[in-house]
Amino acid sequence: MNQRQLAKIAKRVGFWALIALIMVYAVFPFYYAVITSLKPSSDLFQVELWLSNWNLDNYAQIFSQSSFIRAIFNSVVVAFSVVFIALLLGITASYALGRVRFRGRSTVMLVILGVSMFPQVAVLSGLFEVIRALNLYNNPAGLILSYTIFTLPFTVWVLTTFMKELPMELEEAAIMDGATPWITITKVFLPLMWPAMATTGLLAFIAAWNEFLFALTFTLTDAQRTVPVAIALLSGGSAYELPWGPIMAASVVVTVPLVILVIIFQRRIVSGLTAGAVKG
Amino acid sequence: MSTSSNNSAPLEARSAAAPARRHRGTKVRRQRVKAAWLFLAPMLIALTLVAGWPLMRTFFLSFTDASLSDLGAANLIGFENYLVYDNGRWFGVLADPVWWQSVWNTVYFSVVSVSLEVIFGVIVALILNAEFKGRTIVRAAVLIPWAIPTIVSAQMWAWMLNDQFGIINHLLMTVGIIDNPIAWTASATYSMWAVIMVDVWKTIPFVALLVLAALQMLPKDCYEAAEVDGIHPVRVFFKVTLPLITPALMVAVIFRLLDALRVFDVIYVLTSNSTSTMSMSVYARQQLVEFQDVGYGSAASTLLFLIIALATVAYLYLGRNKIQLGGD
Repeated sequence: MNQRQLAKIAKRVGFWALIALIMVYAVFPFYYAVITSLKPSSDLFQVELWLSNWNLDNYAQIFSQSSFIRAIFNSVVVAFSVVFIALLLGITASYALGRVRFRGRSTVMLVILGVSMFPQVAVLSGLFEVIRALNLYNNPAGLILSYTIFTLPFTVWVLTTFMKELPMELEEAAIMDGATPWITITKVFLPLMWPAMATTGLLAFIAAWNEFLFALTFTLTDAQRTVPVAIALLSGGSAYELPWGPIMAASVVVTVPLVILVIIFQRRIVSGLTAGAVKG
Repeated sequence: MSTSSNNSAPLEARSAAAPARRHRGTKVRRQRVKAAWLFLAPMLIALTLVAGWPLMRTFFLSFTDASLSDLGAANLIGFENYLVYDNGRWFGVLADPVWWQSVWNTVYFSVVSVSLEVIFGVIVALILNAEFKGRTIVRAAVLIPWAIPTIVSAQMWAWMLNDQFGIINHLLMTVGIIDNPIAWTASATYSMWAVIMVDVWKTIPFVALLVLAALQMLPKDCYEAAEVDGIHPVRVFFKVTLPLITPALMVAVIFRLLDALRVFDVIYVLTSNSTSTMSMSVYARQQLVEFQDVGYGSAASTLLFLIIALATVAYLYLGRNKIQLGGD
């Protein structure tokens, strides 16, 4: 074997080692959480990379708490409502922004971009007031309303970039046939926009499912909380005896649906993320 | 001339048809513009309700002594929440060392974590851009940290970084890098690094995917040319690839920077309200909710908003030749 071949082999080994490193780095914390959640409480404080024995006690414990089940239910309701509202308002707005040239269009786009970038804390006190005035404090509906601040701008932005790419001829044909803009959206564009809507819907779902600051601030009682808050507050009595087993079990329960979504829809998610940033 | 007379007939016909078409065009156009505003209205109303109005109220409340229990009974007190001289001492957010500590923490966190994310994100993207078997699986695996809720990733890492039973201390001690366990989340020295570690882990995928998308749009021919000329790959990266992906990198950096400057979840869960890691958002929320001082908290929120707005404007101004944001 000459030197060149050796170098080539070394390169390949290095390349695969790098890939292995990336895989371990990306997946290990999740793997370790799964392991911890399956450990019997007697084994919890033995550090090990594999499971020696396991049971489902931690899962039984969290699912015996009605507040945790309630939190999952709240999260599901909030996330689905947020997606529905964001898509409904987003598709109509993106038609206006993507297909019609009118004065003030760039201003509206700039406002949307601005809203998507400003810090949530900056609206916290004002939004608190609005939510209290609407009588939505400590109510998942208040969260649904407040989540539009970060899902809507993003949804509109991405849908607009998709809407712009649809061929002009389609719309011209619809106009020739005397279709009103509303008919054009629902009958011509909507069927073509499904892939884009699935992508943005997915991203909005993940964002709403993961949100923490508003959920922590605008809810008060266990029955109204969403899962991230429930997990953050699972801290038990003192700071030194956190119930790590149940915390990890709850974390896995919350994360598994997302991991499955990501694995199934990775192509869509990637296209949505990059459409929002690169093409935008 | 003969050519012009030949052209005049069709020209006349065209100009006769033109007004009719233009008339029709304006009617359709007017209808479309009207519809456009109608379609925008719900979104604009929603954004006004959850963003515009609350932001204005936050600005207003920052000049009052409002408290959380009774927002209605607020009196205007001018700039007292920001800075006031009373009895020989300065008071207000701008005179609070904890606020300045949190500003410094936030800036430090943002600069360090975004730099690390960009470096590792580019490396991961370069690897994912190579053709190899199982690339889809690796890409899905890389996406996992991004999808995990911040709260959950903070908890997972808090457990791995646990001082007595955490696997990271265990591994480091087994390998012999450290002799005694490190109190990652509790110590003033290491807690910021723990926070950065979690954030970097969670957001490398985002940067990597944006860069990967840019890499896949690059023209193949300049790489072929470079290979023919026998130029070292590292040189090719810095001379060809990096300049070409700079626009995408700039966009990734601004998205990440704006996100990092408003960081809340990771820090809140990992180290709660400890001053050694407190960010501006944590500070503002603590004043607002835990101390119930809406006026003072709003002043801190307003300052945070101004800092982020300034950073955005500065960034867009400095990078105006490299990034193209906006609808067109």
